[in-house]
Amino acid sequence: MLDKNGIAKRIAQEIKDGYYVNLGIGIPTLVANFIPEGMNVVLQSENGLLGIGPFPIDGEEDADLINAGKQTITTVPGSAFFDSALSFGMIRAGKVDLTILGAMEVSENGDIANWKIPGKMVKGMGGAMDLVASAKNIIVAMQHVNKAGESKLLPACDLPLTGIRCVKKIVTELAVLDVLPEGGFRLLERAPGVSVEVIIKATAGKLIVEGDIPEMVL
Amino acid sequence: MNKKVLNAEAAIEGLLDNMTIGLGGFGLCGIPENSIAALIRKGVKGLTCISNNAGVDDFGIGLMLQTRQVKKMISSYVGENEEFERQMLSGELDVDLVPQGTLATRLMAAGYGMPVIYTPAGVGTEVAIGKESRIFGNKEYLMEYAFDIDFSIVKAWKGDAHGNLIFRKTSRNFNPLVAMAGKITIAEVEELVPAGELDPDHIHLPGIYVHRIFQGVDYEKRIEQRTVRSKN
Repeated sequence: MLDKNGIAKRIAQEIKDGYYVNLGIGIPTLVANFIPEGMNVVLQSENGLLGIGPFPIDGEEDADLINAGKQTITTVPGSAFFDSALSFGMIRAGKVDLTILGAMEVSENGDIANWKIPGKMVKGMGGAMDLVASAKNIIVAMQHVNKAGESKLLPACDLPLTGIRCVKKIVTELAVLDVLPEGGFRLLERAPGVSVEVIIKATAGKLIVEGDIPEMVL
Repeated sequence: MNKKVLNAEAAIEGLLDNMTIGLGGFGLCGIPENSIAALIRKGVKGLTCISNNAGVDDFGIGLMLQTRQVKKMISSYVGENEEFERQMLSGELDVDLVPQGTLATRLMAAGYGMPVIYTPAGVGTEVAIGKESRIFGNKEYLMEYAFDIDFSIVKAWKGDAHGNLIFRKTSRNFNPLVAMAGKITIAEVEELVPAGELDPDHIHLPGIYVHRIFQGVDYEKRIEQRTVRSKN
C-alpha cells in the first residue's frame, strides 16, 4: 500500500519531457518533488504563472509571488506571469499537457466529484471545473476507499459533480487504473504488496482485470 | 488625461449603497487594500462584490463582511473565512459560486465588448442548471454572461497619470480583468508616476480602462500561507 508520497512518486512517472503540467492542491503538489532532475517540465499555477519553483528560502518570501494554494513560492528561469483569463485560456485551449488533481469520488465513466459535500460548508470550486472540462489528460490522485472502508471508485458519483467523463487515469494507495472510454476501471498495476483480490474488494464500480497485473515499479 | 485623484476617499466618490463592485486580487495577493479601508470608513452598504475570493476574517473583503456591508458575493472560492461561513449559513449573505476561469473570462468579455462567452466549465454539474448550452464540434459549452459592474477597484504595482498600469508577479491575477469590466474603474498603485515615464511596451493594461488613479499608502501585503525552505 502506498502513502501520499508513494502515490505522488508513481504519478511523476506519467510526466514526460517537454510537458506543461498543472498540479492541484494536496497529493498532486507533492508530485513536483519526484520529477527527475534534468527533465524539462514547466509547472503552471492557474493564478498566473508558468514556471513554479521551490518554496523561497526563509526571509526571501514575496507577498506578490504565490501559487494557487496561496503559498509563497519562487520562479524558475524562463518563467512567465499572466492574468487569470489568459491562464484559463491556455487551459481551455488544451495547451497544458497534463492536469493532476485530487478527488473525493470518481465514477466508472470518468465523472469526478471533488468540490462539495452536501451539509458541509461549501468553499467553492475554484479552478477545478475549468481544469477538468478542458484538460487533454487528467490523472487523479486519490484514496481508493474512505475512512469507513467504502469504495470511492463508484458506478456513479454520489457527491455533486465537478466534471463529467473526463478522468483518464487514477492512482490510489492500492492501484493504477485507466478509465476506459466505453466505461469501467481497467486495472493496470498493483501497489507493492497489494493483491488483485484486495483491489477488487475496494472497487465498487466496474473493474476490468485482464491477465497478470504487475506490481508498480517505484 | 489626468486621472490622478488625491486618495482612496476621493477615488470612491459616487460609489453608493447597493451597487455592484468588482475587486481585483487572488487570495490576499494584489488586493486593493487602501480602497477597501476607504469603503469601510464610508460605510456604504448592500454591495454585490465580484471577487475571486472573499479575504480572511481580519483582512481584505473579510473586513467588509465584519461590518455587514456585503449583500452578495460572486466568487470561485470562499474558504478560510469564519464570518463568511456564519453569514452564508444564516442567510444574511447571498453567494454565487462561479468557476474561476468562467469568472475571469466573464470579466474579460465585459472589457472586450462581448455579451457572452461559451465555456465547457460546469457542463453536467449544478453550475449548468438553468443555463443555455450549445454544442460546438462534439463538445457542449455553457453560455455565460459578461459581468455588468458599476465600480471596479484594482491594485497595480506602478501606474501613470493616464491610468496605464503595470502589475508585479502573481499579483496581476484578476486585476486587469476586473479593471476592464468596470463602468468606473479605480486603480490604486504602489508608485504613481507622471505620464511618459512608463515604457509603452511594458504596460499591462492601457489607461483607457482606468478612470481614477492614486498612490496608495502603508501597504501591508499580508501573506496567507507563508511557506519557506531552510537555507540548507
